[in-house]
Amino acid sequence: MATVLDPAGAPAADERPPARRTKSTTPGGRRRHLPPLLAISPFYVLFAVFGAFPIVFSVYLSFQDWDGIGDMRFVGLQQYGWLLRDSVFWHSVLNTFEIWFLSTVPMLFLALVLAFLLHSQVRFTGAYRVAYFIPNVTSMVAMTVVFGSVFAQAGLANAVLRAIGVDGIGWLSSEWGIKSSVSLMIIWRWVGYNALIFLAGLQAIPTEHFEAARVDGANSRQTLFRVVLPQLRPVVLFAAVTSTINGLQIFTESQVLFQSTDTGTTGGPGQEGMTIVLYLWQKAFKEHQFGYGAAMGWVLFAIIAIFTIINWRLVSGSDDDRRPGLAGLLRRKGARDGR
Amino acid sequence: MAADDRTTSSAHLAIGSGSRLSRIGVRATLLFGVLVSLFPFYWLVVLASGTTQDIYRYPPKLLPGPHLLDNMGRVLDTVDFFGSLFNTVVVAVLGTVLVLFFDSLAAFAFAKYEFPAKKFLFGMLLVTYMIPAQLSLVPQFVTMAEFGWAGSLKALIIPSAANAFGIFWMRQYAQNSLPDELLDAGRIDGAGFFRLYWTVAVPLFRPALAFLGIFTFIGLWNDYIWPLVVMIDPDRVTLQVALANLNVLYNTDYSLVMAGALMSVIPLILVFLIGARHFLRDLAAGAMKM
Repeated sequence: MATVLDPAGAPAADERPPARRTKSTTPGGRRRHLPPLLAISPFYVLFAVFGAFPIVFSVYLSFQDWDGIGDMRFVGLQQYGWLLRDSVFWHSVLNTFEIWFLSTVPMLFLALVLAFLLHSQVRFTGAYRVAYFIPNVTSMVAMTVVFGSVFAQAGLANAVLRAIGVDGIGWLSSEWGIKSSVSLMIIWRWVGYNALIFLAGLQAIPTEHFEAARVDGANSRQTLFRVVLPQLRPVVLFAAVTSTINGLQIFTESQVLFQSTDTGTTGGPGQEGMTIVLYLWQKAFKEHQFGYGAAMGWVLFAIIAIFTIINWRLVSGSDDDRRPGLAGLLRRKGARDGR
Repeated sequence: MAADDRTTSSAHLAIGSGSRLSRIGVRATLLFGVLVSLFPFYWLVVLASGTTQDIYRYPPKLLPGPHLLDNMGRVLDTVDFFGSLFNTVVVAVLGTVLVLFFDSLAAFAFAKYEFPAKKFLFGMLLVTYMIPAQLSLVPQFVTMAEFGWAGSLKALIIPSAANAFGIFWMRQYAQNSLPDELLDAGRIDGAGFFRLYWTVAVPLFRPALAFLGIFTFIGLWNDYIWPLVVMIDPDRVTLQVALANLNVLYNTDYSLVMAGALMSVIPLILVFLIGARHFLRDLAAGAMKM
């Protein structure tokens, strides 16, 4: 999960005068640097061992054919060649994008609507926030199990449909049923989260702006499109980028819904629920093709990078002064799921 | 869909001139949202307290049944629930404590001290953010296997014991809530770096630590893909993996699986509800400053 956190709204490090200048020219001064360097070292040591090294190693690994136990065999770029010709991989890419689109667009729209409603509401706001945020903090595995039963052939979703005289849908057996089920789970999980982020953005808009709009005779539609939405753009950008990053890494929903004892997982009937990360996991850890898994990790990385940039461009538009700097974007990308 | 109209009218309301009717509409919509948010939890309780036959009944039973305790008891007989609960608690608690300690220590140094290559090191910290976890899933597992840590709780705790997000966030907080005068006063009294950190900084960091703590705890508790990959011994897994296994092996016994799911969700919901006020306020406060 990612989150927006900048509690202090502090300027970037380079704009800020140093809190305390120590003279590093004298020998005694130099030794004074030791405690702060020691203090920051755990992160860099851990990152070197568990972050940087594995990444460098994965480049090497992606050029090898290796089952994790026997000898590695150098195959050069062949893993990437196989990957590009692997129809299941391309299917998983397409599925991931379809699910991402089906979930992100309605989710951001609904979140915006909810945020506006919450903003106009004065009573019980605390209770609403808790209620809307709870889906986001609960275990995805447990909730996927619940949704799995709701979307089962004889489950609640079809019972409701039949009660209103509509035929049941193959939620977990048909192509669009599978994609809709996974998307609905994602929407349920993230709508409230994004609504709270948008709400905070709305609350940050100074009331004078609304008054100015009113004095100028703007109606509510003009106020919404000319005053509110432009000011919300950085927040919407943040939500769009994080939703893309999260959306391209969908795993748990598909894995838990369609896992079975005999086949491992195939992403459900017709592999319509197979996502990129699910395929990566299956190839590397179920079929022990570590080189292939490493290569897929890099392709996923490239896809995420490209889409993050596109997303960023799209939402931030063409006027450069509105675009937050890289540091600004980075500091808004939380790391709850990241290691 | 009428939602577009609603957006407009709520913006109208937001600037303070809504009619009584649209106010009722706003409340009804918000309440409907709450019901949708909470319904899966209610349904979890219904399924976990009924029998497996109830689930296939048409029309479905919409009220909780009397079998909750039986079903929970069967979970305890079927899987080592307390074993995996223990693993999860150890990982979440130890992991959170380490993150709070290392992140706040580093944040204190970054916020209040000068040292060589500080800008470069902080920039590097931000760049590490950009790397998606899945990229290093395979090599990280191989690293763990080489260390002999695969299957051990160390593999879940140590790699995430300090993170860029927490350091960045705590540093922002430290810059604004920790007055230099206070540190100078401490220095006059002869306190060194670590003493100042522990006696001056940590007490003032408390609200920020509370948020980071809940945030980290929830993340560690819910993590699924990494424990799934690295906890190679099926008898020694975390709650999330145990629940997924229960779902695969007993998926015809719905009420058993649902009771397990309920038991895995309850502790976390309690943690969230206890800390929710602080948590959500900080989340919103952070976004407002963007």
